[in-house]
Amino acid sequence: MIPRHLLIGVAALLVLVVAMGIYLRQMRRRAEEIERLATDSLPVLPPALGPTETVTLYVADDDAGALRARSAQIPLPGGRQQRAEELLRALLRIYQQPGAAHPLAPASDIRSIYLVAPGAAVIDLNAAFADQHQSGILSEQLTVNSLVETLAINVPGIQRVNILIEGKTRDTLAGHADLSDSFDVTMIEQASSQ
Amino acid sequence: MPPTTSKKTWAKNTLAMQLAIVTLLSAAPSADEQHISVYSPAAIYTVPVLERAGGAYVGLLELLEPLGRVSSQTDGRHWTLWYNSVEADFAAGKLRAKIRRHDFDFTAPFLIENSRGLVPLNSLSVLLPRFLGTTINFRESARRLFVGDVGIQTSFRLDASNPPRLLLNFSAPVNPSISTEPGKLRLVFKRDPVVSPGSQSITFDNQIITHASYSENNGNAELDVAATQPLTASLSDDKKTITISAIMVAAVQPTPAAPSGVGTGPQNPMQAAPARNTAPAVHRVLAVIDPAHGGEERGAALTGTLAEKDVTLGFARLLRHELEIRGFAVTLLRDADTSSTLDQRAAAANVTRAGIYITLHATSLGGGARVYTALLPVQGTSNGLFRPWNAAQSPALPVSRMVSAAIVAEMQKKDFPVRASSASLRPLNNVLMPAVAVELAPGGDGIADLTSANYQQRAASAIADAVVSVRDHLEVQP
Repeated sequence: MIPRHLLIGVAALLVLVVAMGIYLRQMRRRAEEIERLATDSLPVLPPALGPTETVTLYVADDDAGALRARSAQIPLPGGRQQRAEELLRALLRIYQQPGAAHPLAPASDIRSIYLVAPGAAVIDLNAAFADQHQSGILSEQLTVNSLVETLAINVPGIQRVNILIEGKTRDTLAGHADLSDSFDVTMIEQASSQ
Repeated sequence: MPPTTSKKTWAKNTLAMQLAIVTLLSAAPSADEQHISVYSPAAIYTVPVLERAGGAYVGLLELLEPLGRVSSQTDGRHWTLWYNSVEADFAAGKLRAKIRRHDFDFTAPFLIENSRGLVPLNSLSVLLPRFLGTTINFRESARRLFVGDVGIQTSFRLDASNPPRLLLNFSAPVNPSISTEPGKLRLVFKRDPVVSPGSQSITFDNQIITHASYSENNGNAELDVAATQPLTASLSDDKKTITISAIMVAAVQPTPAAPSGVGTGPQNPMQAAPARNTAPAVHRVLAVIDPAHGGEERGAALTGTLAEKDVTLGFARLLRHELEIRGFAVTLLRDADTSSTLDQRAAAANVTRAGIYITLHATSLGGGARVYTALLPVQGTSNGLFRPWNAAQSPALPVSRMVSAAIVAEMQKKDFPVRASSASLRPLNNVLMPAVAVELAPGGDGIADLTSANYQQRAASAIADAVVSVRDHLEVQP
């Protein structure tokens, strides 16, 4: 004859094992769901082979000393930040072509763009962009105006833009254009229209 | 990942990059990008207008994004948009949509492109109130969209004094782009919801400022003021008032012949004492000239051997001479190959309490010269004793722009290709007195002009004449 208290103990243990099994199963399902959602929300690569979109690029012309609006068909991803980065990379590719009207060094690149609320954007350029940039008020200001205006016209809502070099603030782009403060989009538009 | 898959992916990416570059290079230039300007209490922004299927379209997501919480989802040919608590369902190629579970009919088919919904431009007047729950005023031909009551009213008042002034009063601060051309001053309001002053054209009973006209186009409002004399504009009253006045250019004393040392180049400073002092003693204005760069900071490499710092120093010495013979006291911030930080230059200029600050630069790009004023907003002068260092120039900007306009006018008289512009340039931003930067560029003889004494002499003479013409607006040294 099995003692009564032993039966109760074994029964309780069995219930506990079953409950733990159910709990573990639920935990596993939850973990799978989280993993699936995390995978879904990974940044989407630009639809490089997908349909293109017409955008306006403000391209600097050193001889004219002005920006020229140029429409271009480029593939753009959906996210605002990735869209902004692809836009400016498309602009850079124009400046890196042989015989460009406003040449930039081949190694120049956009490291990242951060869209920070409200209405502020930060463009992080690589060191080569600044180190190999032509020195001069006109040349440097044209570059700044081109970046800021292209960003502002294609990504609605941006009102102020900061430019960093390798993630850090720098006094000037190449000895002239002041990068220590943010650029007001309206002011830049006014300067470009002069 | 297996190597074959990696190769395929690499090939795909390479092909995509090539396609992107080809499409980018084949893009046709657009002289005038089309967009609509949206004015709302929450944000003021522009959205590009796209030509699709023979009609004008805008992206609905981009249009609503700055106004509230927006998200969207594409499912095949169906596109769902959530704006705050409003849900809307659209179908590509269809004329009918559902907004708040009610039917809505477009005049042209709804389109989906890159997971973005495009709606016909001419449907916005009826479509947007369904989302926003407020009145909107969409001027389709002008491409201007007003959300709620945000319009800025304008009124005119002509002060027929001598010289006459036209006062434009606005119901809210404005920040127009101001440009001049012969016989006209143009104010373009790109981000200000300025509305028509009632009449599209106003004629003034004045012989100098004759009339003003208002127009709207491609998202901008424009006010043109016509006059028989050059005009200048300045903002005041927290940017609610724009005063347009005729520039009264004073008669300039004829420039005396250059001293004997001029022909030997900019490295040969003016040796002669001031030839004559034509200004009365009570009008002694101090001018600070700042030859940019210096020391180890060489500035732009104009040629393999010519540095910007050397050209600016020679040019500064010539300009000092030209100003001195016109009765100005002149201080050079450097008179040798020495270096100073930008802050040191600004501080040195500010302690002199000079009437004007001119910084000189040189470039191998472009032709002639460029005259820059600080890229800052104009602010009132009643900010107490302290001013922000990065915007110390703001209160002096109206006079700085007047100086800039005068320099451009004088250089054009001497057949210099020249343009006025604004630049984010230090120490221009940090200087308290009226300040301009002049960037000398090569003339017809190319880079050799930058070291030509004759070329520099003409430029320096024009700048000095211009400074004389605005002398009455500059503070006089006690």
